[in-house]
Amino acid sequence: MNPIALLGGAFLGFCAYLGQLAELAGETFRSIFAGRIRLGLVLRQISHIGFGSQMVVIVTGAFTGAVFTAQTFFQFSRLNMESAVGPVISVAMCRELGPVLTGLMVAGRVGAAMTAELGTMKVTQQIDALRALAVHPVDYLVVPRTIAMLISLPLLVGECIFFGIVAAYLVATKILGVGAPYYLLNMYKFTEAEDIFMGVIKGLVFAVIIVLVSCREGLNARDGAVGVGRATTEAVVIGSLSVLIANFFLTMALNIFFPAGVS
Amino acid sequence: MSAVLIDVQDLVQQIGAQQILRGFSIQVHQGETLVLLGKSGGGKSVFLRHLIGLMKPVSGRVIVEGTDISGLGERELEWVRRKIGMVFQDGALFDSMSVFENVAFPLRERGERDEKKIAGKVRETLALVNMTGHEKKMPVNLSGGMRKRVALARAIVSPPDVILYDEPTAGLDPIVSDSINRLIRRMQRQLSATSIVVTHDMTSCYHIADRVALLNEGRLHFCGTVDELKNTTDPVVRDFIDGRSHEVD
Repeated sequence: MNPIALLGGAFLGFCAYLGQLAELAGETFRSIFAGRIRLGLVLRQISHIGFGSQMVVIVTGAFTGAVFTAQTFFQFSRLNMESAVGPVISVAMCRELGPVLTGLMVAGRVGAAMTAELGTMKVTQQIDALRALAVHPVDYLVVPRTIAMLISLPLLVGECIFFGIVAAYLVATKILGVGAPYYLLNMYKFTEAEDIFMGVIKGLVFAVIIVLVSCREGLNARDGAVGVGRATTEAVVIGSLSVLIANFFLTMALNIFFPAGVS
Repeated sequence: MSAVLIDVQDLVQQIGAQQILRGFSIQVHQGETLVLLGKSGGGKSVFLRHLIGLMKPVSGRVIVEGTDISGLGERELEWVRRKIGMVFQDGALFDSMSVFENVAFPLRERGERDEKKIAGKVRETLALVNMTGHEKKMPVNLSGGMRKRVALARAIVSPPDVILYDEPTAGLDPIVSDSINRLIRRMQRQLSATSIVVTHDMTSCYHIADRVALLNEGRLHFCGTVDELKNTTDPVVRDFIDGRSHEVD
């Protein structure tokens, strides 16, 4: 086959995919602003997404903070800069590691479950049954998940950052022998509110990406169990890659509004 | 004959390269039970899905109470879907909800908040389909016949003007099939609903039909009463009634 046609086909497929995501986003936010919100379902989803993901996020944040501290300490100690470990870890956790790791963990745990659930509903005609009962699937399935994700993910990001910093502090001061006052002083000195805002904003954007990708894959699943499996894999892969790619562009864009180390 | 409730005109539908419906036209009258016969995979269920806008035709019109619904969007179709209830082939019950929750679902979605009223209505409807005592069961723990009964209860709990049945007796033993057929008859009597039943079960057809249509090669091949069906000499219809494939052993 002609490679240009192949490339063109892939590009058109990508554009169509983005179009479908945009259409789903439009329908979802129109429903939210029109007040078609089922509070009970939102609370159930918050429990599933937010409460249920805490252990994964805490463990990820804590051990990433711990190992990052150890590596940073090993490198910085060669330059006698041990007391700089604190700010490096806290700024990195707030601006990058906290939101990205939380995004990846939630894309894997929650995104996959969302796609599998919606995909199974699609292939067993449960979504058609919803439509036949005059209930819009976006109102009933996507809106509660979107709101729950928008509430839960920034909180999970905060939790990941907090436990990452606490673990880093413990490793640096209790195991590696960095002086606690120097560690804390430098950390407070170089960590600003903007760093935390940046993490929260990234959390909100990742929430939208994960929920839309997962719901889109689930709502378009077909070909029975094999199709649901395929959709679930795609949701995790596309969701995770989108988080990583979006993170780069967000970092560049947000650095304009919240430049690191200026104030 | 009573007024035309649904008027389907020259319906064309294509899935992939395969043309499923090739200009199918039929009228459904108020209060009647129309049975649509046809080969498996012949487009019967596809036709049914057009009547509540679950599929959009390639061309042709579906007119419900004087309004062409074939071009309406998802939200504009809500009034049609409140008028027409559908019983899916495998029930399509919500598997995360109990039998009670499934049947209560349409009531809650239509704004009913009084839990006593909901419970009363659900019990009454489950009694109508002989499913009293199964309220707490999950769909996964129900047999095929029970799932169809619950699906019917969910479709009629907010009484619709029209009930669509997609293969209501498929995969059921003759005794359960007979009980489902009687249930459909009872729905006609008690709710005075118009019914459209898609099936290839001739016993079911003779039991419930006021009028019978045969879908063949994507078009309406035959339409008439049960007596006309039994007495027809049309070879295509006769093959279907007598179950002849003309294949050699």
